[in-house]
Amino acid sequence: MAIRKLLVANRGEIAVRIIRAAKELGIRTVAVHSLADADSLAVKLADEAVPIGPPAASKSYLKIEAILEAARLTGADAVHPGYGFLAENADFADAVEAAGMVWVGPKGDSIRVMGDKVAARIAAESAGVPVVPGSDGRIDDPDQARAVALAIGFPVMIKAAAGGGGRGIRIAHDMEEFERLMPQASAEAKAAFGDGGLYMEKVIERARHIEVQVLGDGTRAVHFFERECSLQRRRQKVWEEAPSATLPQAMRERLCASAVALAEAVGYRGAGTLEYLYDDASGQFYFIEMNTRIQVEHPVTEMVTAVDLVREMIRIAGGEPLRYRQEDIRLTGHAIEVRICAEDPAKGFAPAPGTISALRVPGGAGVRFDTMLYQGYTVPPFYDSLLGKLIVWDEDRASAIARMRRALDELAVEGLPTTRPLHMLLARDPEVAEAAFHTRWLEPWLERNAHRLEETPE
Amino acid sequence: MAKQILSPLPGTFYRRPSPDKPVFKEVGDAVKVGDVIGLIEVMKSFNEVAADQDGVITGFPADDEEPVMAGQPLVELG
Repeated sequence: MAIRKLLVANRGEIAVRIIRAAKELGIRTVAVHSLADADSLAVKLADEAVPIGPPAASKSYLKIEAILEAARLTGADAVHPGYGFLAENADFADAVEAAGMVWVGPKGDSIRVMGDKVAARIAAESAGVPVVPGSDGRIDDPDQARAVALAIGFPVMIKAAAGGGGRGIRIAHDMEEFERLMPQASAEAKAAFGDGGLYMEKVIERARHIEVQVLGDGTRAVHFFERECSLQRRRQKVWEEAPSATLPQAMRERLCASAVALAEAVGYRGAGTLEYLYDDASGQFYFIEMNTRIQVEHPVTEMVTAVDLVREMIRIAGGEPLRYRQEDIRLTGHAIEVRICAEDPAKGFAPAPGTISALRVPGGAGVRFDTMLYQGYTVPPFYDSLLGKLIVWDEDRASAIARMRRALDELAVEGLPTTRPLHMLLARDPEVAEAAFHTRWLEPWLERNAHRLEETPE
Repeated sequence: MAKQILSPLPGTFYRRPSPDKPVFKEVGDAVKVGDVIGLIEVMKSFNEVAADQDGVITGFPADDEEPVMAGQPLVELG
C-alpha cells in the first residue's frame, strides 16, 4: 500500500529527520506532540500537528491509544516510530497494523524475537553468527559449571539464571576464584530470586563496539557496512564512526555477511542494526543484540554509502521491494558523528534544559547537522538531552577528524551548556586519532581530563 | 508570607522515591534542613530536593508526577 500520510510517533531531531524524508517522497506528515512540545521544530515542519497529552512521556509519546486516535483523526495511513519511546514495542506495531495502517518497521513478531535476549541468541546461533561464549541455558550442577568455565575460558561472568539488574553477578579470573565465587553467586541468586540456578558467559574485557546496518524487505536483506561506537559514557554512545578504523577487510566481510544471514533468517523488514563486540587482540567478534529500528547514529552510514536509510525504510514499508543489490552499495570515505547534548561536561554532565539565545550552525563541504534546535527554542526538561548530531564526511579518517574540529569550532549554541567542549578535546586527542580505544576507554579518560573539561566552559 | 521549599530545577516532580514506595513526606510531617522532600527528574536524571529550612509541612502546591518550573513552590511550611 503506497503511503500517503505518515504519522511520526516521536519528537526531537529524529521526528525532524523522518518528516524530511517523507516530504522528499511526496508523503504528507503528521507530528504528534506533548503539551511541552507545541513549539518544536517537528511541529513547525509537519503538515499537521496533533497534541496527544501532557509533558510526561508516559502520558503522551508512550500512550498507544492517544497516538492511534491522532492517526484516525488525521487520516494517516502509516506510522513511523523513530527510535526510543514505542519503536521496539511489538504490541504497538501490531496495534498499528490491526488499525489498518502501515507500520514503518519490522513485523511485531520480529521485534519480539529479537527483543528477547535468549531467543535472539538462539536465532543468531542458528544463522551461524557467533555469540559471546557461554552456557547454553542454566546450570545447576557444580561439576558441569566447572567444565563450562574451562571450555569458555577465563575471565568468566557468573550470573543468576533467574535474575536481572546485576544481582548475583560475579567475575572469576581463574579456577581458584571460580571455586570461591560460584557458591556465593548461587546463594545470592537463591536469596534474591528463590532460584540458585546460574548462567555463565565469557567476559570480553577490551572490545570495540561494532554494529552492522541492514535493510530488509521481508525476503532479501543487504548490509550497509559497519559503524564503530566504542566511545561510550555510561553505556551511551557519544562519538560514532563509519567505517571502523581498525577492522581488517576480511573481518568486515565476515561480520557483514553474518548480519545479512541473520536478517534474512528472520525475514527481516525495514532498517535494523546488529550489534557486536569485537576483540581486536584475538580477532573474534560476538553478536550482542539486534536493534529493530533506525538508530541515532544512522547518518554516518548514510554519509559513507550515499543512501538515505530513512527514506528507504519508508519505501519498503509502503510495499516496494529493496532497491539495492549488495554490489550496488559502496563504501566511500569516512564519516564521524558526535552527539551534542544539553549536558554540562564541566559539572559531571549534569543535564541542563534552557532557551537557545543564539545558534550558529556549521556548514561547508562534508558537514551535516541534524538537530531540533532553532534560535529562541526552549529545550524542555522532560525528555532526552540530545539536541543534535554533528556529522562530517571526508575522504579518509584523518581528514574527517580535521573537518570535525573545524565544524565544532563553527558550532555555537548559546543559552545552555552542551557537550561541545568534550568533542573539541576528543577531536584533538592522540589516541582518538589512532582509533586506539575500546568500550571502556572513555570513562577513565574523562576522569583524567576532568580539569580540562572544567577549564573550557561553554 | 508562608515559608516554602522551591524547586531548584525545571522538570517533573516526584513525591516518591519509586512508584511502589511511600511518599517521602506527608502534610503534618516535620522537616529539618537536609531532609529529602521529593525528586525532580530533568532529562532522565533524578535529583533529590532537600529542605532548605525547618518547619512543619502544611501543603504541597505542586502535584506528584507533574511538571514544575525552577523556582516553583513544591512544599509549604507552617
